[in-house]
Amino acid sequence: MASARAQPTTCMALAEPLALDSGQVLHGVTVAYETYGTLAADRGNAILVPHALTGDQHLASPHPITGKPGWWHRMVGPGKPIDTSRFFVICANVVGGCMGSTGPASAAPDGAPFAMRFPVITIRDMVRSQVALLDRLGIARLHAVVGGSMGGMQALSLAANFPGRAARVLGIATSARHSAQNIAFHEVGRQAIMADPAWQGGEYYGSGRTPDKGLSVARMAAHITYLSEAGLTDKFGRRLQDRPDGSKGAKSFGFDADFQVESYLRHQGISFTDRFDANSYLYITRAMDYFDLAEEHGGRLANAFAGTDARFCVISFDTDWLYPTSESRSIVHALNAAAAPVSFVELSAPFGHDSFLLDVPALDRVVAGFLGQ
Amino acid sequence: MSALRPDLAVIARHVEPGTRVLDVGCGEGELMAELQATKQVDARGMEIDPQAVAQCVARGLSAVQGDANRDLADYPDNAFDYAVLSQTLQTAERPDLMLEELLRIGRRAFVSFPNFAHWRMRAHLLLRGRMPVTRHLPVSWYETQNIHHVTVTDFRALLASRQVRIERCWFFSGDREIGPRGANWRAEYAVFLLRR
Repeated sequence: MASARAQPTTCMALAEPLALDSGQVLHGVTVAYETYGTLAADRGNAILVPHALTGDQHLASPHPITGKPGWWHRMVGPGKPIDTSRFFVICANVVGGCMGSTGPASAAPDGAPFAMRFPVITIRDMVRSQVALLDRLGIARLHAVVGGSMGGMQALSLAANFPGRAARVLGIATSARHSAQNIAFHEVGRQAIMADPAWQGGEYYGSGRTPDKGLSVARMAAHITYLSEAGLTDKFGRRLQDRPDGSKGAKSFGFDADFQVESYLRHQGISFTDRFDANSYLYITRAMDYFDLAEEHGGRLANAFAGTDARFCVISFDTDWLYPTSESRSIVHALNAAAAPVSFVELSAPFGHDSFLLDVPALDRVVAGFLGQ
Repeated sequence: MSALRPDLAVIARHVEPGTRVLDVGCGEGELMAELQATKQVDARGMEIDPQAVAQCVARGLSAVQGDANRDLADYPDNAFDYAVLSQTLQTAERPDLMLEELLRIGRRAFVSFPNFAHWRMRAHLLLRGRMPVTRHLPVSWYETQNIHHVTVTDFRALLASRQVRIERCWFFSGDREIGPRGANWRAEYAVFLLRR
């Protein structure tokens, strides 16, 4: 199957300063985005795909640093469930990110990187910047907004805060609020970063040292939460690594990565530091922790959707313990209370939270069906 | 027009246009599709089988995966003009409670169910001494989902005890509609339109 041909990343300066939930105002915001497919003459075929915590605008194009295919290349392309021969697909790096959109590594007005002077942002702030991008692109109403995990939070936030801007809202493996457990895992990651002496209070830009060890541990801890126990057992079990001397399956009686799962996690951690900025990780995880769509709307989630005219589809996975089906059900419950048209399905897949990124044919069918109507 | 199952066809004929309908146990959405296409109905479904839900979504219908024994509680009072329960009552853990839920969520309810007092079933049990296996109920006692065998007379008694009013009812033998006389003997299945 053909892969999607992306327009190369474009950096657009937003026309207006971004007024943030924190009360601060961010001036001169740049949003880095890619598009796939062709915008129809009536501008009615646009689909916005907000990315997850460690995603970026390289939705279906090779990543410039890792060279790997885009993070949702399975889903987005000609003839694929998000069909770029039919839809104009937009993916923008979130504000606070590190792939071209304004974030903690960007220059502050004084010319030095923001680092920890960057304002704390929220999911709604991310959505504001994307709506501003849509304004610049002349897209008044999206055919759909589609997101998994943190992308799903943005999709829900867009539906709640900008009613009328999307005709369809598809949230996958997501939640209307971050749970205590999710916040706890994020805090482990942040503390790992901040405990790394190379972090230097966030002022590591230009110092020649970056908190790779801390960021790597943060990624390792988080990565475990994206998988299922059964998935880890299937993939690694208690199998041992081959030793550097060529001997097979022997314990080192030390603290090398004896087990394959250790080696895998270390690799995940280290390779992550090549493409991600530690301060961005702090800011984006914070934005997710602060996310509580009901709290934004008087404590009642149904109120968040009171003004919506969109159709909704919510998908969860049976092995996802990070964003379990109960979270999706509470979204569905609220949408029912708001009398919004909603579909919901819990799909069976062995990959835990990461199922939304992986080979789940039933997911493809539901996504294509929901977007195709 | 597709060939709907006769009980669904009766329901589809008698739903008022432009109303809101919740189809509990909607399967792959045959009734919802018909109602949307012919009556501009705002139809929603609940279905326990995820593949059937996926099929509904793929045809552009709104369906929620859920267990009607538990998840009807998620819907607000009077959220729909009609709640539909077709050929599912006899599989409910507590049919009486499910009926209460239907009439809480919907201003009116359509309920269809197989009549276990049909003469062929009675004959089967009387003459052979075995639990009936028929064309409409083809599954043996040990694997059937029908855990609450109900007759037309039983159902009327339940409605009376709960002060539920019958607006209309229809009876079928084979795929043909029959009159109400002797329905508890003659009907293989029944459709009731109910309200509080």
